[in-house]
Amino acid sequence: MTESLFIVLAVLIVAVALAPIVVRIAQDRAPYLLSLIPFSLAAFLLLSWRQVDSGEVFGYSFSWVSGLDISATWRLDGLSLMFASLVLGMGGLVLVYARGYMAGMADNGKFYAYLFLFMTAMVGLALSDNVITLFVFWELTSVSSYMLIGHKHGDESSRNSALQALIVTGAGGLALLGGLVMLATAAGTWQISEMAARADAIAASSLAIPALVLVAAGAFAKSAQAPFHFWLPNAMSAPTPVSAYLHSATMVKAGVFLLARLHPTLGELWLWTPLLATVGGITMVAAAWQALRETDLKRMLAYSTVSALGTMVFLIGLGHPSAIKAAVTFLIAHALYKGALFMVAGSIDHEAGTRDLRLLGGLRRAMPLTAAGAGIAAISMAGIPPMFGYVGKETLFAAALDADRFVVILVIAALAAAVLNFAIAAIVSLKPFFGDASETPKPAHEGSPALWTPPLLLALLGVVLGVASPWIGSMIVGAASDTTAGQDIKTELELWPGFGSVLALSVGAIALGAGAYMISSSLARVPLHLGNGGDGIFRRLNSGLQRGSVALTRSVQNGQMSWYISVIVAFGATLILTAMFARDGFRWPADTVAVRPYEVVIAIGVLLAAVMAALTRSRLRAIAALGASGYGIATLFVIYGAPDLAMTQILVETLLVLLLVSVFRFLPTTGENSSPRRRGKDALIAIAGGVAVSVVALAAIAATPASSISDFFGANSKTEAEGSNVVNTILVDFRALDTLGEIAVLAVAAIGVIALLRFTPRRWGDK
Amino acid sequence: MNSVLLMTTARLLISILLLFAIFLLVRGHNAPGGGFIAGLVVASAVGLYALAFDIRSARSLLRVHPRTIIAVGLLVAVLSALPGMFSGDPFMTGIWVDFSVGGESVKLGTPLLFDLGVFLVVVGMATIALLWLAEEEG
Repeated sequence: MTESLFIVLAVLIVAVALAPIVVRIAQDRAPYLLSLIPFSLAAFLLLSWRQVDSGEVFGYSFSWVSGLDISATWRLDGLSLMFASLVLGMGGLVLVYARGYMAGMADNGKFYAYLFLFMTAMVGLALSDNVITLFVFWELTSVSSYMLIGHKHGDESSRNSALQALIVTGAGGLALLGGLVMLATAAGTWQISEMAARADAIAASSLAIPALVLVAAGAFAKSAQAPFHFWLPNAMSAPTPVSAYLHSATMVKAGVFLLARLHPTLGELWLWTPLLATVGGITMVAAAWQALRETDLKRMLAYSTVSALGTMVFLIGLGHPSAIKAAVTFLIAHALYKGALFMVAGSIDHEAGTRDLRLLGGLRRAMPLTAAGAGIAAISMAGIPPMFGYVGKETLFAAALDADRFVVILVIAALAAAVLNFAIAAIVSLKPFFGDASETPKPAHEGSPALWTPPLLLALLGVVLGVASPWIGSMIVGAASDTTAGQDIKTELELWPGFGSVLALSVGAIALGAGAYMISSSLARVPLHLGNGGDGIFRRLNSGLQRGSVALTRSVQNGQMSWYISVIVAFGATLILTAMFARDGFRWPADTVAVRPYEVVIAIGVLLAAVMAALTRSRLRAIAALGASGYGIATLFVIYGAPDLAMTQILVETLLVLLLVSVFRFLPTTGENSSPRRRGKDALIAIAGGVAVSVVALAAIAATPASSISDFFGANSKTEAEGSNVVNTILVDFRALDTLGEIAVLAVAAIGVIALLRFTPRRWGDK
Repeated sequence: MNSVLLMTTARLLISILLLFAIFLLVRGHNAPGGGFIAGLVVASAVGLYALAFDIRSARSLLRVHPRTIIAVGLLVAVLSALPGMFSGDPFMTGIWVDFSVGGESVKLGTPLLFDLGVFLVVVGMATIALLWLAEEEG
């Protein structure tokens, strides 16, 4: 089991590459084949459930960046097993669903590749035990989510939403990185599992609170907590399989997962409960309220997802054993019913051509199986027995009641969220399917089995887990809760809580929820809303940044080559001269070298050519003079025993002359930009540049280091690098990584040149 | 430019220059030369050709677009860095093999492959600059 943790990831990575090929060969049937991969991997992981449940932990590690003591460490415990299997199982179902939803659409190969990339990232995130590995996968989920949200990249709002999600979660990711590094510094280890044992040492460190704030900020951004929630409803422009998978079942829960992961480490800090419970609680209630006001089915579900994520953060924030149990239960229950409801919303959109609730009605006759899936899932969401959602809500109430302080406020918040979610569940399951059949843009009818089977399966799984919650439910929740709590906690789930406050609250939530549904249209008119302040601020910041960049670019880069060169040379000269004379003090070389007569002749020739290049009015003469000057310098290189340098210099000079000659006729005529004042300024800058370079050369001669690195290269070139040309062995062996970097830069510059020339492949083919 | 003299010379010179470039590339490890210089030689050969005939025929001389040359070069350079890892050494460790060709011992190593990558990237970049910057409008 231990090495196989890595194999699970390896299989998924291979699947990323394989997906487009499978799509090309198997066409529309490809998703079925591909879904076998996550299903079998999930089954494989679940084989170890018994052992993990009994407290066994599987780990696997290999050195990654040994210099920084960072290793890639994988760990399979209760929490990661639950999360990874959820990701893989949902992934399989989403693939099946995508078979129905994406059939016949463009770029499907790319789509499935990104879906597997995302799956890899999520499973890697779940299994990581090292904070750096975890962070890398965390960022990979953001990147792959960007690709998936923006899948319909021809659509501008798709692109904007994808970018918004990337920037918000990416900014959160930066905060997270800072927090994780602080945490690792305070703990003295990069391993999350070792941090828990050092919780006391961390709590004593002054880095603890900043680390918590930063980690929480990252988790809040990822899990769409207020005030960062706005990106999630906007991300609904993604294809529905993506919404069902990323934005309800898995990725948005990464933040919750991270908080659960770090609960044993940070849960004892004084700020933990106030911060998480407040943010989570507010999000839980406010987002549910906002959901009622939406008319787009997917946006309504998105807001209710934000509310559910708030509930989980709220529960982990409370942090006592029954709250942890509730968080895990709620996480699983929510994934089941919300995944199903998103798929239903997508099916309606796919078959009826709209997902506007005001236009939908009476679809139960046309789409009976979809309606059944929606109905069962909604009963779970509403928290009606015997569904798993009911168990989730029951544990939520129990957790609120078990809190140490502010019990009344917590219970009211939980009740409010439950009531509002009941109303939402009623709206999304009743409004489209019952009432009078209305005219929809497309005549609605039942979609292909691929469209209604996955949601129905998910909904029925909610029934099974609910009915069997004392047995299977407890087992599934148990191991994950123990890991999250950092201790063995009592995780018996019950369908029947016995007469008491929990039951009263459950019944109350249903009754009030029914009432809220009745008056939901009036509630939606109450002028009190969560608002999209974040969205507005984001947009203003974004457009401000763009306008600022444009203005800055216009002023700095005016398109005049001469201006660019002046700026570069003037800036470089200022920098060098300041550093030389203001900081270190410049020294003349102590010993003078005897100069041979013919060197003087060459030097005078170089100087004359340079002066001529500067003074001549003919451009052709200037080019030739520059070349002559360069050749003269190359001759000096030869005399001083640097043949490689000389050859390079000669070739570069030759090419430069060739290039200048070939662009000759595009250049403006000389004198066009040449007022006396301008020439004076240019001369000043040029002289400053020349002086700066000379000063550096002189200073380099003056500085005689104790031991020269050239001795090392000279001595080892033949023995270590099998070559006697030291220049070359440095380039391709000793410092080959630098060279690799340099040719990569060359390649990037070439891409830039190609883009600038707007050179298209078609024009290359033209003869 | 339509100089018969230049055209004939260019035809003759280009094969010599290309041969010279290969010579420089291979000897580079032990004597002045190497991938960078060899790449510049090829670029100047192409430049000469462009001067003698025209840019279009110089381009067709290349057969592939320079960006392909650059991509292949970068790939070769990266691949040359991998064999060392298989024997457990760090990335980019040079691996040398001794051949015996006609009684002469010939040493071949991954740094030569790396230099070949450098050579290709330089050829690509320089020919893009020479043959595309000078392109006429339209």
